[in-house]
Amino acid sequence: MKIRLNGEPAEVPDAVTIEQLLERLGIDPRRVAVEHNLTIIKRHRQAETIVGEGDEVEIVNFVGGG
Amino acid sequence: MTSDPLVIADRTFRSRLIVGTGKYPSHAIMADAHLASGADMVTVAVRRVNLTDRTKESLLDYIDQQRIFILPNTAGCYTADEAIRAARLGREVGLSNWVKLEVIGDERTLYPDNVALLEATRVLVREGFVVLPYTNDDPIVCRKLEEEGAAAVMPLGAPIGSGLGIQNPHNIRLIREQARVPVIVDAGVGTASDATVAMELGADGVLMNTAIALADDPVAMATAMKLGVEAGRLAWRAGRIPRRPYASASSPTEGLVSAGGAKQ
Repeated sequence: MKIRLNGEPAEVPDAVTIEQLLERLGIDPRRVAVEHNLTIIKRHRQAETIVGEGDEVEIVNFVGGG
Repeated sequence: MTSDPLVIADRTFRSRLIVGTGKYPSHAIMADAHLASGADMVTVAVRRVNLTDRTKESLLDYIDQQRIFILPNTAGCYTADEAIRAARLGREVGLSNWVKLEVIGDERTLYPDNVALLEATRVLVREGFVVLPYTNDDPIVCRKLEEEGAAAVMPLGAPIGSGLGIQNPHNIRLIREQARVPVIVDAGVGTASDATVAMELGADGVLMNTAIALADDPVAMATAMKLGVEAGRLAWRAGRIPRRPYASASSPTEGLVSAGGAKQ
């Protein structure tokens, strides 16, 4: 299915969970924050949060800044 | 200086210098500069993870979190809503409820939008954030931010990254006189004497990024900034002499050997 991932179109398996998505992307969940359709998904909820067709997922981390 | 810590909200910092993590030639140089600066709080930005290049090393690998407290910012946000969203995301990544709140009003000057800043401060304080707002050097705005519950106020010395030094020392002094929360001069420092000036005006701390990161030798400049902040703080505490229009001799006038012999 198609979703929007960090603002870009992306193809992911149907009914993928946030936890699975991070794993597929090789991202350490302890170093990022995830928003699913504008709602922050806390780490302990990532395994039970299912992404649907057309959903928007944002994955952010810390980068250099002032 | 160990007996003179910087206290913001419920946290105590040994250093009055807060530094950024952006624009360094490399993460390794940044880590060395952080060490040289003595800072125990650094700012970071919250951005989308680079999904196309996962090989990039993580900033966090170069910040010793046993020693250094991480302060996420909301840089690049132009509305209260954007800044609030960035603050919530930053809290989620860092698991701390502190935020350096920026709501930018103009791309060219990066001056704050103080109306939106006040609104975002109000919302985030209500949500339990420790809010450190980056603001203009305006005593009225600083007072209102404090009234909204800001844990510190962070007036700019000059535009971000400009290196122009403290452009309105008088206002920084006025802000310090009235504030009951720490005053951190944030942005505009170009060299060590600028940091000293900020501290001599009574600032409780100085926050900078570009002046260190883009110096020819960031590690040496970090050391200079550490000393500059310490010198300014000591001078502030020592109490400078009043300015006077004419000279006041340092050597005694009595007992001077002159051509005419001893005069009484």
